[in-house]
Amino acid sequence: MCLAVPGKVISIDDSDPDLKMAKVQFGGVVQDICVQWIDDLNTGDYIMAHVGVALNKVDEEDARITLNALYEMREIDFKFES
Amino acid sequence: MEESDINLVCPVPISEYDCVVIAHGGGGRMSEQLISKMFFSQFGNEYLNKAHDGAIIPFPGKKLAFTTDSYVVSPVFFPGGNIGELAVNGTVNDLVCCGARPLYISLAFIIEEGFLMNDLWKIVLSISGAAKKAHVRIVTGDTKVVEKGKGDKIYINTSGVGEIFPGLMISPDRCRPGDIIILNGTIADHGISILSKRQNLSFESGIISDTASLSEMMGEVFENCKGIHVLRDPTRGGLASSLNEIATSSGVGITIYEDAIPMNEDVKGACELMGFDPLYVANEGKILIFAPEKEAGRIIDIMKRHREGKDSVIIGKVTDEDNGIVKLKTLVGSTRIVDMISGEQLPRIC
Amino acid sequence: MKYIDDYRDKDLVEIIAARIEKITTRPWTIMEICGGQTHSIMKYGLQEFLPEKVSLVHGPGCPVCVTPLELIDKAIYLSSFPDVIMTSFGDMLRVPGSESDLLRSRARGSDVRIVYSPLDVLKIAKENPGKKVVFFAIGFETTAPSVALAVKQAGKTGIDNFSILCSHVLVPPAIRSIMSLPGVRIQGFLAAGHVCAIMGYHEYHEIAEKYRIPVVVTGFEPVDILTGINKTIEQLESGNSHVDNAYGRVVTEKGNIPAQNMLMEVFEPVDRQWRGIGVIKGGGLKLRDEYASFDAERLFPLGNIKAEEPEGCIAGEILQGLKKPDQCSSFGSVCTPDKPLGAPMVSSEGACSAYYRYSGSQKKEYGRV
Repeated sequence: MCLAVPGKVISIDDSDPDLKMAKVQFGGVVQDICVQWIDDLNTGDYIMAHVGVALNKVDEEDARITLNALYEMREIDFKFES
Repeated sequence: MEESDINLVCPVPISEYDCVVIAHGGGGRMSEQLISKMFFSQFGNEYLNKAHDGAIIPFPGKKLAFTTDSYVVSPVFFPGGNIGELAVNGTVNDLVCCGARPLYISLAFIIEEGFLMNDLWKIVLSISGAAKKAHVRIVTGDTKVVEKGKGDKIYINTSGVGEIFPGLMISPDRCRPGDIIILNGTIADHGISILSKRQNLSFESGIISDTASLSEMMGEVFENCKGIHVLRDPTRGGLASSLNEIATSSGVGITIYEDAIPMNEDVKGACELMGFDPLYVANEGKILIFAPEKEAGRIIDIMKRHREGKDSVIIGKVTDEDNGIVKLKTLVGSTRIVDMISGEQLPRIC
Repeated sequence: MKYIDDYRDKDLVEIIAARIEKITTRPWTIMEICGGQTHSIMKYGLQEFLPEKVSLVHGPGCPVCVTPLELIDKAIYLSSFPDVIMTSFGDMLRVPGSESDLLRSRARGSDVRIVYSPLDVLKIAKENPGKKVVFFAIGFETTAPSVALAVKQAGKTGIDNFSILCSHVLVPPAIRSIMSLPGVRIQGFLAAGHVCAIMGYHEYHEIAEKYRIPVVVTGFEPVDILTGINKTIEQLESGNSHVDNAYGRVVTEKGNIPAQNMLMEVFEPVDRQWRGIGVIKGGGLKLRDEYASFDAERLFPLGNIKAEEPEGCIAGEILQGLKKPDQCSSFGSVCTPDKPLGAPMVSSEGACSAYYRYSGSQKKEYGRV
């Protein structure tokens, strides 16, 4: 369940303290997403959006490390085989 | 005819649907069932039963293409166009898909009382512009006005007549294993541009409809390449529906490559957000060409010289395996089936 | 698109598939909880990349599939009131109730509208003060906080014509229910990544320990799913059974605390009927008494609506991973996406629908799922 899509925050509107909103870009499309539960949000950050609400920020460092580890897996396995 | 000769029992099982639903107009399996069980069963014939974009009919001394269409799009004005040019381009393209040079169009309006005259004027200007561009003439028409609440702003019905290019034999049952499949550009633009304006689902984007007449581009292709087997414009139901129809009509297998299918980044974003599969989203101004492999290079070269064909690409091939089935080689290298959609695609959150 | 395309990368998929092939020495049966994961597995043909020894079983994580028949009938009944606007996510419109569905209700003149967000429903309520606007609230812990937010906003801004028909369900009780079934052969779980984005994964330690079964928090793209499977098999091959996180870019152990607080402020756990499975203790959510004025079940006369499941539908066995869709005698013949007997054939992520769409109406098996 739970289709959630990563998008880039391009502007934040915190005029309503109970309903902080942001304009978030998905591919080339921009949608208004509620970011009420995301602390320390800045423009340029990536969030996961589900039903018009942000679930979490994307941890870009974790993503980078994990992807690199996967590429390294190939190196290790290749060396192991040869 | 005796009354007892008339079959009064509705062939579409009433226990399934006692009223028409939106899905019956979606271009998927339910549409196909309504058309074949109810319409074809009553007034089908060798021309109608081919279920092609138009009929190729004999006429003393000539071969004509004849088509009809109705346009009920909402909203009437959408990014990239309006119902007027959609109607002209759509009719022209159906004739082109028969291998014809479009010549004459009829145009009938059903307008809801209260529709703004200014809006009607804008639509009329678009129709005029589109017809000039496609070199077709509107030669007959009709106008009706219905009471407020009995229509949805404006509906347009058209029919079109064209002359088949000499030497061409286009039919949905003609493709052969070994044929390649060419597509002239990005998919899902039209469907997503309409969606972007629908209430409750709106988002900001630069996506515009790809409505366009293909007669000029395809006219040049037809003059130079006589070996084309099948043409189809993938409108409602998207690429997937058209490919499934042809695979079934021709009794062949079709394989397409996900990484070859062009898509705009905006459209991709919108599809991801709504949970839509772009293969099932409506297109306009697009054409699928099934032709022998040896003709592919020449066809694409000609198409790329036109604006409507600048992104032309081979997206797949026809095989003799798994006849009637459309397969997709995915981005990650696996293979899966692209089935006919049953109703219409709805936005999802799961 | 960033954070999507990288996880659909062909090379990475091959790398992980090669690793899985290398480390798998025995047969293993793994359940992916979430319907979205099932959908992705079928859409990308991921079974093709797994050794024969690895068997994937589809779980009940499809909130559409498990919404009780009775609730659908209630939604359809509500939509028939001339002063009601029934709003819903698109997912629910084609799910069959006892006699009809919301789409057919709309065809007969009911005001049924698709929304993308619960917050959009508030706009509809504001624009239609003379109507009663009801929202069919489905979804797991991923979606419930957003519905809670809408309820709170309605209260705060004085919207008094908005209510929800609540069908929210919770994942951990469902896992416990499945693991208590006699003859259950599941040896590892891929936990639902977006549910865990909200709830964290601290609740799963007790499950991993009690049933001695690895639980790996997993995402939805091909690379994510194969990574989740890889980590599960690593544990199984070495006899481990703990909770691991294969979706670290979105999920943390503690989850999203403000979202959890919002959920618990507005909702409380309740025993809930899961369609096809039965009552799961603590398996659902209901509005707390303070929010009774937003509860459609309390505002409208719905008490007399009772429903019976159609015969021939084995949705329950499929949702619990006891049978595969093609083991159902109705699959592909009596039951198809055009005329579904049960929800798993209609929902875009129901196992039956995924199987039918991506494996073809001729029941061809692409991927061995």
